[in-house]
Amino acid sequence: MADMTGKDTILSVEHLSMIFGGLIAVNDLSFQAHRGEITALIGPNGAGKTTVFNCITGFYKPTQGMMKLTRKTGEEFLLERLPDFKVNREAKVARTFQNLRLFSGLTLLENLLVAQHNALNKASYYTIGGLFGLSHYKTHAAEAKDKARFWLDRIGLLARADDPAGDLPYGAQRRLEIARAMCTGPELLCLDEPAAGLNPRESDELNKLLLAIRDDHNMAILLIEHDMSVVMGISDHVVVLDYGKKISDGTPNHVKNDPAVIRAYLGVEDVEEELNALAAEPAAKAAAAAAPALKSELPKLATEFKRERVNIPPPPVLTLPDEVPAVAAKTKAVAEPARVAATVAAKKAVARPVKTPAKKTTKTAAKKTAKKKGGRA
Amino acid sequence: MTAQSQTQAPSQGNLFQNAIRDAIYAGIVVFGLFILLIGFKTDQNIKNELILVQRWGLLFSMVAAAMALRFVTTAFIQPALAARKAAKAAAKPAEKHGWLRDNFAKLALIFLVIYPFLMLALTGVNGSLKWVDNFGIQILIYVMLAWGLNIVVGLAGLLDLGYVAFYAVGAYAYALLSSYFGLSFWILLPLAGILAAFWGVILGFPVLRLRGDYLAIVTLAFGEIIRLVLINWTAVTKGTFGVSGIAKATLFGFVEFNAKPDGFAATFGLQMSTVWYKIFLYYLILALCLLTAYVTIRLRRLPIGRAWEALREDEIACRSLGINTTTTKLTAFAIGAMFGGFAGAFFAVRQGFVSPESFVFLESAVILAIVVLGGMGSLGGIAIAAIAMIGGTELLRQMDFMKVIFGPDFTPELYRMLIFGLAMVVVMLYKPRGFVGTREPSDFMHAERKAISGEFTKEGHG
Repeated sequence: MADMTGKDTILSVEHLSMIFGGLIAVNDLSFQAHRGEITALIGPNGAGKTTVFNCITGFYKPTQGMMKLTRKTGEEFLLERLPDFKVNREAKVARTFQNLRLFSGLTLLENLLVAQHNALNKASYYTIGGLFGLSHYKTHAAEAKDKARFWLDRIGLLARADDPAGDLPYGAQRRLEIARAMCTGPELLCLDEPAAGLNPRESDELNKLLLAIRDDHNMAILLIEHDMSVVMGISDHVVVLDYGKKISDGTPNHVKNDPAVIRAYLGVEDVEEELNALAAEPAAKAAAAAAPALKSELPKLATEFKRERVNIPPPPVLTLPDEVPAVAAKTKAVAEPARVAATVAAKKAVARPVKTPAKKTTKTAAKKTAKKKGGRA
Repeated sequence: MTAQSQTQAPSQGNLFQNAIRDAIYAGIVVFGLFILLIGFKTDQNIKNELILVQRWGLLFSMVAAAMALRFVTTAFIQPALAARKAAKAAAKPAEKHGWLRDNFAKLALIFLVIYPFLMLALTGVNGSLKWVDNFGIQILIYVMLAWGLNIVVGLAGLLDLGYVAFYAVGAYAYALLSSYFGLSFWILLPLAGILAAFWGVILGFPVLRLRGDYLAIVTLAFGEIIRLVLINWTAVTKGTFGVSGIAKATLFGFVEFNAKPDGFAATFGLQMSTVWYKIFLYYLILALCLLTAYVTIRLRRLPIGRAWEALREDEIACRSLGINTTTTKLTAFAIGAMFGGFAGAFFAVRQGFVSPESFVFLESAVILAIVVLGGMGSLGGIAIAAIAMIGGTELLRQMDFMKVIFGPDFTPELYRMLIFGLAMVVVMLYKPRGFVGTREPSDFMHAERKAISGEFTKEGHG
C-alpha cells in the first residue's frame, strides 16, 4: 500500500475523463490521495471539480479512466465499476454535497442513524429479527446511538439532537452533513465545498474539525473548496483543475506560486496575451514587423488598456493616419466600447482550451493592435 | 392582561362608533346594489300590461339585515375572534395536553374492543347488525387499507394511485383459491398477503426509476390493468359476473357460522342471527388493523423504516450513504401491498362475492384521500380520516330526516361526494398537512419527546 514516497495511497485516479455530449468536463486527470492527508481539489468555477467528485462517488460513470481505492484491509476497488450505493457500502467512500442534502424532516439523531443503515440493517437480520425485538439488534441499536451521540458532541450539536435537521442554521447543517458522512464509517471522506456560506468563525471551526478528523481517524479527506483560507490552512496536498485538466499538483506553497495556477485564477495581462497571439499568428506576423518598437511601447499601451477597462476615454494621441483603411477607422472611432468588449472576449477566449473561436477573436484583436501601432509610428 | 384590558376599555366607545359607521356603509352599498335588483320588479297586470312594482319594504328589510350583520360582525364577532387568537397565543408556551389527548390511543382501543357489544346492548341483536357491519367493519377495512398505503405514500414517499390493485389481488386470491381448491380462509389469508406482496414487487421493478407524476401514472395504469384482466379473463374470474358463493370464515377451523346444530349460535346457545358472524368479522378486521399498526410502528423504528423516511426526504443523499434505494423501495411496495392483500382477502370473505366493480380507480382515490386527509405518516390521523370519510358516507345514507326538510325526492347519499369534496377542500384549507401534520421522530436522544412540525418534512417526489 505504501508507495515509494512512503505515503499510504488510498485513492489513485488515473487518466480520468468525463465527456457530456460535446463538453469535456474532465480531461485525462490523474492524481492520488493519501491516508491521513487532506487533499484539496481546487480550480475556477466550471473547472470540473464536482464532476470528478461525482465520478469518484459513483454518481457518474466516467467516460474513461480508472479510480482505484485501496482499503485498510488491503482490498482494492475499482470505483468506476461500483454502483453508487456500493461506493459507500463497500469501498467506504462517504461524501457531502455542495448544496446540502440533509434529511430535513428527520431529527439530527435520525440523520446519523440513517447513515448507519447498512450495519444496523444487518444487525436486525434484514428487519425480521428487529421486528421480533431480538436482543442482538437492540445492542447494535444502542451502539449506533452512542456513535451518533459521539459525533453530535463532536460537532457541538448534542443539545439539539431531537430537533429536525431543517431547523438548524446553515453552518450547523454543514457540520451535521460531515458528521453524517462520518457515521457511515468511511475511509475516504469527500467534501464538496464544506466552507461555502460559512462566516469566518464557522470556517475556522470547520478547519479544526477537519484536522481533528484527519488526525484522530487517520482519515483521507478529499476536499473541493473555493475558500483559500481553508485550502491553504489545512490541506496537505492540492490538485488544481482548470477546464477539466490538471494544471498543478503539490503542496499548498508549491501550488500558490505556480505560474499556471496564477494564470488560471487571476488571468493574464491583456497585452501579454495579445503579444502571444501576435507571435502565434503568421498572418499578423508581417504586420507586426516592428515588434521591438511595439515592445518598447508596452508600458504606455498597458496604461491605455487599463484606462479602457475602467471606461476612461483614451488620450487624443490615437488619431488615425489616412493610409489606414476606412473600415478600421470606422471601427476605431465609433465602436470604442465595442472594442473593449472584444478585447475582453479575446482574453476570455484565449483562456479557454477551445481552439477555433479563440483564434478568430485573437486575430481581430491582434490586427487592431497592429493598426494602433501604425497610427503611433 | 391588565394592560390589555386598559387599552381596550377606552376603545369600547370607539368600537361602536366604527361598527355604526361600517353598518351605514354596508347599508349604502346594499341599497345601491339591490335597488334595481330587488327594489323594482317588472310584472304583468291583469290586462297583460307590463308594470313596474316597487318593493321598498323588501329592499329595506335587506338593507337592514345587511346593516345589522355588519354591525354585529364589527362590534362583537371580530373583537371576540381577536381576543381568542390573543388568548391562544398567550396560552401557547404552556402547551399541556389534557389527559384525554395523552391517552387517546388507549381509549380508542378500548372503545373499539367493546364497540360491538355496546351496539348489541343499545340496539338489540338485529338492530346492531347495521352498526357492526356497515360502520364498524366497513371503516376498519379502509383504516387497514389506508395504513397499508401509508407505508408506500406516507413513509417512503412513493405516490401510488393503483393501490386498489393489491386489494383486488388479495380478494381474488381468496375467492378463486377457495372456490377452485376449497382451501380454508386461515390458509388463504397469509397466502393472499404474500401474493399481493409478490405483485407489489412485480409492479415495483419497472417503476423504480420513475419519480413523482410519472410514478403516479404508471401505478394508476397498473391498477387498471389488474381490473381489466379480472374483467376479461372470464374463464377463471367469470368476468363482470364476479365470483360468488365464497366460503365463510370459520372460528379458526373449529366452529362454522351457520344455522346447523353444530353452528356457532347453537354451540354457544345464542339467538340465531348473522350478527355473531359479523361480530367475529369485526374482531378479525380489528386484529388485522392492529397488526398493521404494530408492524408499521415497529418498522418505523427499524433501519428499514428510517431508510423509507430518508428516501422520502432525499433519495440522492440516501444513495450517498450506501443505502440500496432499489431494495428499499421494493420492500415498501411489497409490505404496503401485503397489507392491501390481507384487506382484500378479508373483503372477499365478508362480502361472499367479489367482482371487478369493487376495484375501480375511485377506491384508490378514496384510500389515498384518507391518507392525505389524515396526515401522511400518522396512524392516528389516518384512522380519524377513515372514520370521517367512510363513516360520514355511511351516515349520509342514514339521513332520512332530511327528506322531511327537502321533500320526499331528496336522496342525501347522492350528494355525499359533493359534500365530501367540499369537506376536503375545507380541511385542506385549515389543515394543509392533514389532521395530524406533525411527525413523531423514531428515536430520541433526550428525555423530552417533541414532535416535528410538518413544515420540515417532505412529501417525497417519487
